[in-house]
Amino acid sequence: MTTAGRFGIYGGAFVPETLVPALEELEAAMNEALADPAFIAELDGWLYDYAGRPTPLTLARRLTEACGGAEIWLKREDLVHTGAHKLNNALGQVLLARRMGKTRIIAETGAGQHGVATATVCACFGLECVVYMGREDIRRQALNVYKMGLLGAEVRPVDSGSRTLKDATNEAIRDWVTNVENTHYVIGSVVGPHPYPTLVKRFQRVIGDEARRQALQRWGALPDTVVACVGGGSNAIGIFTAFLEDEDVELVGVEAAGRGIETGEHAASLEAGRPGVLHGAYSYLLQDANGQVRETHSISAGLDYPGVGPEHAALRDAERARYVTCTDGEALRSFHRLCRMEGIIPALESSHALAVAERLARELGPGHRVLVCLSGRGDKDIDTVRAVSGAGEGDS
Amino acid sequence: MTAATAGRFEAAFAAGAAGGRPGIIPYVTAGFPGPDDTAPLLLACQRAGSLAAEVGIPFSDPLADGPTIQSAGWRALEQGMTPARAISEVARARDAGLTIPVAAMTYINPVLTMGIEAFAGACAAAGIDGVIVPDLPVEEAAGLAASLGAHGVAHIPLVAPTTPTSRVARVAATAAGFIYCVSVTGTTGARESVSPAALDLLERVRSVTALPRALGFGISRPEHVEALTGHCEAVVVGSALLDAIASGGDDPGAIAERFVRELRGVGAAG
Ligand SMILES: Cc1ncc(COP(=O)(O)O)c(C=O)c1O
Repeated sequence: MTTAGRFGIYGGAFVPETLVPALEELEAAMNEALADPAFIAELDGWLYDYAGRPTPLTLARRLTEACGGAEIWLKREDLVHTGAHKLNNALGQVLLARRMGKTRIIAETGAGQHGVATATVCACFGLECVVYMGREDIRRQALNVYKMGLLGAEVRPVDSGSRTLKDATNEAIRDWVTNVENTHYVIGSVVGPHPYPTLVKRFQRVIGDEARRQALQRWGALPDTVVACVGGGSNAIGIFTAFLEDEDVELVGVEAAGRGIETGEHAASLEAGRPGVLHGAYSYLLQDANGQVRETHSISAGLDYPGVGPEHAALRDAERARYVTCTDGEALRSFHRLCRMEGIIPALESSHALAVAERLARELGPGHRVLVCLSGRGDKDIDTVRAVSGAGEGDS
Repeated sequence: MTAATAGRFEAAFAAGAAGGRPGIIPYVTAGFPGPDDTAPLLLACQRAGSLAAEVGIPFSDPLADGPTIQSAGWRALEQGMTPARAISEVARARDAGLTIPVAAMTYINPVLTMGIEAFAGACAAAGIDGVIVPDLPVEEAAGLAASLGAHGVAHIPLVAPTTPTSRVARVAATAAGFIYCVSVTGTTGARESVSPAALDLLERVRSVTALPRALGFGISRPEHVEALTGHCEAVVVGSALLDAIASGGDDPGAIAERFVRELRGVGAAG
């Protein structure tokens, strides 16, 4: 098992033969477009004039005071148009697909943020858009389902397996195998076969590139620690990449511990999985003793995924990043604290990163800075939070 | 029990060569419809005159499969089917007199979990003659192909209508037993007709290799087999057979036997 597109021993392209030529075509188009200043200028135009970049770096003033330790700074991807970092990647990939002459766009979605982002960009270009979404996620992310409809996309419910992101991804890949001639598959995270993890990283690294520049401008220094939640791992890779060479900057990824690692009901692939192949890549995977992929649980649909991007597996092996976990309950408490103290309603995914940032800020103590990727806003999660917290309840 | 020999495929294809009409390779999911049905189904396929048989080792996330094989696999998994148990079903069938070649089809993750070397050894010991892994393109296949080869088990790669001819040649160079030709750009599942792209692929395969060609994905009816006379040496029929078994009575073996005979274009006695 050796080929291009590896991160250490991880990655690769384990796909049906039908897709191999399409992946080769995508890789060639990616390399060509990324080397073309006109493409980069077009992408930047959309990122800055449409998506609302650059996003601010915000000091979480009261949260910092409450923790009594390091300063907690938020990279505000919740302010990107459509409410999450996902648009950075959707814009890049759809622009690339247009360049490749593809007329039909498909995507998978868990929380619905990637689906909404993809539907949004397709609306901008009048492209046909089909989004696969597990029935369970359709239930818990009803707002985003409705939004995708408004934007002109077709949401196809997926009833197989656990009816969540993993199964939606299977169906999207099956669609792509069938319609590969005219269709581009906009994968939503740094997962999937080569070249996707590299492609998505390229489109998400704008998060960290901006944050690093902003840090140097504002503080004349780099953060001590950078924290991001890890579903597939795209917002984390997005904010980590610019800091990879800065050896003194600690990089921390946060996986979903769900109801607790010990209960088995979680989505912490790096913490509790072992390497295997899912969706075309070799990486850490939650699986049983026979290599069947396990069902996962997280209160946040966007983290409810049994795999993880191959670069995270490699960063962990190389000890360049470390990975910790956060339970549903801890994430919820941080969700409420950010609402009450900073006037920001965060996505439940991002709340996992916040919980760990609070922990680390206390450990580091005053005089240090923790940078958190606030990957998205929480409007989509209001129903979930209302259901578990009870009406009118604040800091549960 | 007879150990695996890549030669079993060679002999079977050589015997079929004169006939014209492609030989039938029925596909059954191990553990479907019930945990103990697989060995009897393989023997029924043999009685019906199948050229070979294919046994699917179910995986939770079968990317290359359509709804029929997906649901057969999940049903088998729910009833406790495992890779080791699937392999032992073939050994059981061999002990009961199965002599036709058998290929196992599965995905790479269960193989990695068992360990490539252990998997190859277990296949050989059980009398599995070839292995098909649809999510293992030639770039990733060297390790498995080498282990299988060392145990005398054929690595049977797939080519698709989207595969350029130069790549078909590269894939064929790693193949043993036969080359699996995917008839459609799509997943497994019964279809109405054989696409022109399939005939084109079969021609292109013949232009670069002398290996026997089995056409699979979508083949479901006797007319399809008839129409493929002279175009390929075998057809793999999976979803249509599983559909027949699923909607038929409580004797899967009898259903399979009748189904294969119909595909062969012979009567009940043939
Ligand atoms: C707001 C938000 N953050 C994070 C994620 C997790 O994805 P990733 O790990 O690729 O950033 C999602 C996925 O839906 C999301 O919507």
